[in-house]
Parts: sequence; C-alpha cells; structure tokens
Amino acid sequence: MSPDTPGSTVTVRGTVVIDVEACKGCDLCIDACPPRVLEMTDHEVNTRGYRYPRLLAGCTGCQACAQICPDFVFQVYKYDTPLELPADPETGQ
Amino acid sequence: MTDRVLIEGSEAMARAAVSAGCRFFTGYPMTPFTELLEHMASLLPEVDGVCMNAESELEAVGMAWGAATTGHLAATGSTGQGLSLMQESLSEITNARLPLVVFNMARGQGDYFQATRGGGHGDYRHIVLAPMDLPEAVELTRLAFELASRWRTPVMVLGDYYLAHTYQAVSAPSIEGAAPEVPDWALNGSSGGSGSAKIISPLGGGTDGEEGFDLGAHYAACAAHIQEMSAGVDPLIDIGFCEDAELVVAAYGSVGKFVRYACLRLRDAGHRVGYVRPITLWPFPSEAVYDAVTGSAKVAVYEQNMGQMVDDVRLATMGAVPVEFIGGPSWDHSGFGIGPDINVPDISERILEALK
Amino acid sequence: MTDERIYLSTDTPPAEPAALVDDFTPTLITQANHHLCPGCGEPIAIRAAMEAVEELELAQSTITVFGIGCYTAFAHNLDVEVVQALHGRAPSVATGIKRMLPDGFVVTVQGDGDMVNEGLQEVLHAVARGENITCLLLNNGVFGETGGQMTTTTTLGQRTKTSIEGRDPHQHGHPILLSDLATTMDGAAYVARCAVNNAGNVARTKRYITRAYESQMAGAGFSLVEILTMCPTGWFVDTLEGPDYLQDTLAPVHNIGELKTP
Repeated sequence: MSPDTPGSTVTVRGTVVIDVEACKGCDLCIDACPPRVLEMTDHEVNTRGYRYPRLLAGCTGCQACAQICPDFVFQVYKYDTPLELPADPETGQ
Repeated sequence: MTDRVLIEGSEAMARAAVSAGCRFFTGYPMTPFTELLEHMASLLPEVDGVCMNAESELEAVGMAWGAATTGHLAATGSTGQGLSLMQESLSEITNARLPLVVFNMARGQGDYFQATRGGGHGDYRHIVLAPMDLPEAVELTRLAFELASRWRTPVMVLGDYYLAHTYQAVSAPSIEGAAPEVPDWALNGSSGGSGSAKIISPLGGGTDGEEGFDLGAHYAACAAHIQEMSAGVDPLIDIGFCEDAELVVAAYGSVGKFVRYACLRLRDAGHRVGYVRPITLWPFPSEAVYDAVTGSAKVAVYEQNMGQMVDDVRLATMGAVPVEFIGGPSWDHSGFGIGPDINVPDISERILEALK
Repeated sequence: MTDERIYLSTDTPPAEPAALVDDFTPTLITQANHHLCPGCGEPIAIRAAMEAVEELELAQSTITVFGIGCYTAFAHNLDVEVVQALHGRAPSVATGIKRMLPDGFVVTVQGDGDMVNEGLQEVLHAVARGENITCLLLNNGVFGETGGQMTTTTTLGQRTKTSIEGRDPHQHGHPILLSDLATTMDGAAYVARCAVNNAGNVARTKRYITRAYESQMAGAGFSLVEILTMCPTGWFVDTLEGPDYLQDTLAPVHNIGELKTP
C-alpha cells in the first residue's frame, strides 16, 4: 500500500515518554529525529510557557532525541514486537 | 628529634614540614623562598611524597589546592610578590575549608597586612605564625600543620630572608614516621555513584536549595568559623621585662630578635624597657599585649615598614597607653632582605629617643 | 490541520511490552532540572561525559574538577566527586589531585573562556608535562555566563558583545585553536575535537570522550576532548538555528576529528 492510501499503517519500533514540564522549547529534537516523528506544539505551552514536542507514529527507538535534548526531556523505549499503527492522514507517517 | 646540626632556615623548615606529615609541596623559585622549594624537592621523595616545581605561582597554589582535597597535608609558599599572585586562590581555598600551610619568606616586613588582613578578596582571615629564629621556625612549622588540619583552614608561616638563609645549630626534626591519616571529608572518588557523591567547593557543598547549594548559609558558616578560630586558637606571644617597664617595645619576626636583644642590653644599662613580641599575628595576642603594657607610660612599635603591626598594637592597647611608631622601611641594595637600619645600635637609639 | 494529526500518548511508559533503552538522565546526573538556556549544548556534552564514566565503570574512582562558566551548575548535579576550581585554574587543581592519587581518574570540565583565555597557561603546562588527566573543553566561542563576549576562540567575523561588527583580526587578533596547539606538544597523548549539534556528532562526541578516558586509564599522558557546543543566547540566534550556526561559524575553523592518538 502506498502512504497516500487512506487506511495505511506504519511500523512503530519504539516510543518515548516526554517530560513536558522539563522542556524549554528549543526545537533541537525536531531536526534530530531521523524519521521526523516529533512535532512542536503551536500554541499549547507548559507551565513555564515553553512549547513542547509531541510524537507521531513511526518512532524507531533510535534515542537521537534523548541524546540531543539539553533538558533531559525524553525516556526512550523499544517495543519487544514492533507495532502497526495507522499512518498520519497528512504525512503518511 | 635528632642531634643538633648546622643548617639553614629553609632546610630546618622543610624538615619540620615533612616531620609534621607534609606529603605535597609545590612552589616557584623566587628569592628568598627558593631554597625551601629545593629542600622539599630533595626531602619529599624520601618519604614517598610529591614536590612539584610549578610553572608559575598561580599554578603552584592550584596544585596545592588539588592535593589538599585528597586529605594529604599540602603546602606551598613564595615571597610577598608571589603570594600576591596566589591571593584569589587562597581566599577561595579558605571558603572551601581546606587545610593548607603557606610559607611567606618575605623580603622585609612589608607583608604584615597581606598576611593578617587576608590579602585576597573577601572577608576571611588566615592563622599567621611569625618565628624569630630557626628553633622557633621548626616549632611553628609543625604547629602550622597541626592548626591547618584541626581548623581546616590555610595557616601562614611568615618568615623572611634572614630566617631562610641564616645557618644555626638546631635539633633537626626527623623525617621518618608516618603522615597523619586521611580525614573522612577527603576525596578519592569512592563516593561516586552512591547517590551523594562528595563535593569540595568554595560555594559550599551538598544539595541544599534549588541551586544545589545555599551560598548564604555557606558564607555565614565560614564567617562563624573565623569567629571560632579567633576565639579558639591560642594566641602566642613572647614577653620580657614588662612588669616595671616605662616603655614597652613591640616587634615581630627576625627583627623582634634584634629588638629583644637591644632591650636586654638597655636593661643592663639601667633603662626600664620591656618588650612584647607577638608570635601569632592572627589571632593577634591583644589581651596579652594589653596586660603587658598597661603599667607603662608608652609603647613603641619597631618594624621594618611604614607602620603595619602598629595598627594592631593600637587596637590592642585601646588607648590605655600612647603608641608611637619608631620603625621605618630600610632596604639592602638587593631589595631582598633586612636593611641597614636593622642593627642593635640603631634600634637602641630609637628606643632611647622614645624613652625621653 | 493539527486537529487531524494523530499524536501518540507520551505521558507514561508504553502499555505494550517494551525495553527502556534510554532513561531521562544517565545515573550519574542526579538533577535534570537546570537553568541553562534553551538550546544550550553544554548539558548534551556533560551527558556524554557522564555516560562514558558509567560505561567504563569509573564512577568510584572519578574526581571531576570544574572551571567556571554556565556548566558550573552541573558541579552540584552529578553523582561523582567534584572539586570546584576557579576560572582557568582546573588543570593545576587536577594535577595536585592526580599526583596524590595516581590511581584516581581525574577529569576537568571547562569552557573556552575558562581554558583558553584565563587558563591558557595552565592547560598548556599540563599538556607539556604529559599530566595523565583528561580535560574536556566546552567551546561555544563566547563567554556564555557573562552574556556573550568574545573569547580567544571566537572566529573571525563572529559577532559577539565585544566584537559587535564581527571579530576583526586587526583589532581583535586571531582565534586560538587549542586542540591543534595541543597536538604540537609531546605530552599530549589523545586530542580530539567534536560537536553536539546533531545526533551523529553527539554519538561521535561520546566515542571520542570514551577514547580519551581509555587513554588516561592506560597512563598514556594528557588527553583533551574539545566539544563544540551551541550557545544561541550568546550567538544572538534562535535555538533552532544553533546547530547550523555552529556548523557554519565554529566548525570550519575549529575542525572536527581525532587530531592525535596514542
């Protein structure tokens, strides 16, 4: 199935826990993520006023976000068995 | 103690330091301190100690700082100018609560303020010991290491060119014997990974407060500690002939020995002079000075500078007796040592003048 | 459009069976919360440095000596022994420690203003002596803690508060390339330069730090790892532009790579 086909899925090998309150909105994780599955909020902010990242489907558990984050925001997990999740209607991810 | 030997002051102090347990020494050659470094360089390897010829005074005090954090007895030194370079570190080492012995083989007596007021930034004091000759230098060097350990603070031994380079027969302290045990607060890496690894910092340690340290509380504790030392360190002084003295002469260090001798001769000639020779310049033996001088008509302060210890004498006498400065700077042609005015006839003349 | 995006839950660990591969902080960083700026590269470097200590099982023999800069905050956030030194003075303090504890593992953490300005003499003498310590140089080309003034590593043309038109060689002189300078000295055993502006470089940083530590463990001599870090505040750029600014402004002058190996 092509990514543009509605109802397609994406293989997800990992996931993250994001400490939203620790984030200072620096955006470094966004570019660091190889599958580009992190996206900053537009208007939602944490209690300190910073925007923070949210996770789309497609994480590989590569730890790039955790390694690049100056504020120790991420915990990274790798699934024992990869999941199949619905692809994002906009990006296909 | 071994048999008496004829050695120079630098060697006597070096031996005293090693016998007191000093196992790390560092310095930068500068007259008249250089020989102390040389003697430590030859003695310390004999006891598995370390002596480093640092590339600068700044690095010397840094190395001594590092060595002190390991809990081993460390020392450094220089002459006044070199100590000027070390002041930032000496101030911070005091706030880091580290034991350290610092030797100033001064060029004259112009470093009294630097030594006793805390020559660096901030509000701190060091214990200062001023020997007049080699036997006293040996005793006070050993005391310096003891006080430094006990109070976890830098202690200065204030000498001069005369002390460093004069040869005198002394009972040379034995350098055999173990160094003291390393204290509990010292670092060796082992508290790493325990959840509360140790930190030694001029800003205080621990994990109190949002910042991980509480600066205000730490500085308050340092100030309280200075007060404790001021009250708890035994002030040392040498007093003579003051019970019936009309005039008491105050002096310190090698110069104090000349003054003491001058007073002795003047006594023999029938003059009622006494002397006080403070040995701990901080804490200054104020009470003892006060008690010694209140019976007399005047105090005369003799020192080879423009008037430094005279301030402390004035503070100690609290106006009970007039205090006159009869010293003054005096330089030899090299600028290193005791000047031509430091001789008994000249000193005696000034004392007699003050007696009038 | 954001309404249609499917964001996954990231509040709690996954319900499905999964292994934790990277915790919030390495074990040796006890306090994650710090006041360094958004987008600062220094915590990234410190993370790599502490992970390497953990992996080489050095935690119980390590003594770190901190200089003074923004990174000084971490002196109180680590679970390894720390001596806090003065600006520029960590190498001499580290020397005193290592000479009295030859089996100890001694690492300095210093910035460019600290090591290459105030402390240039100290570090070069430590290199010359082949002092068996590891110095970590966090180089962002500015004095970060005091607000972004020029240091000896600021590159020509780089704009700082004291070179507001850009560093001009006639007025401000040329930058000092500390790692390159160290490689000319026989006492240097391992010298490397890396950066933390992207995940690949962060991995390389970790690798170089590990090799430097191994060289100290082998008693090979002086080891230095210079880590280029982002300072968006000191550089007057957005946090997102930090990585590119580092690549375009610092990296062409302070070249990345292993410059000397034992």
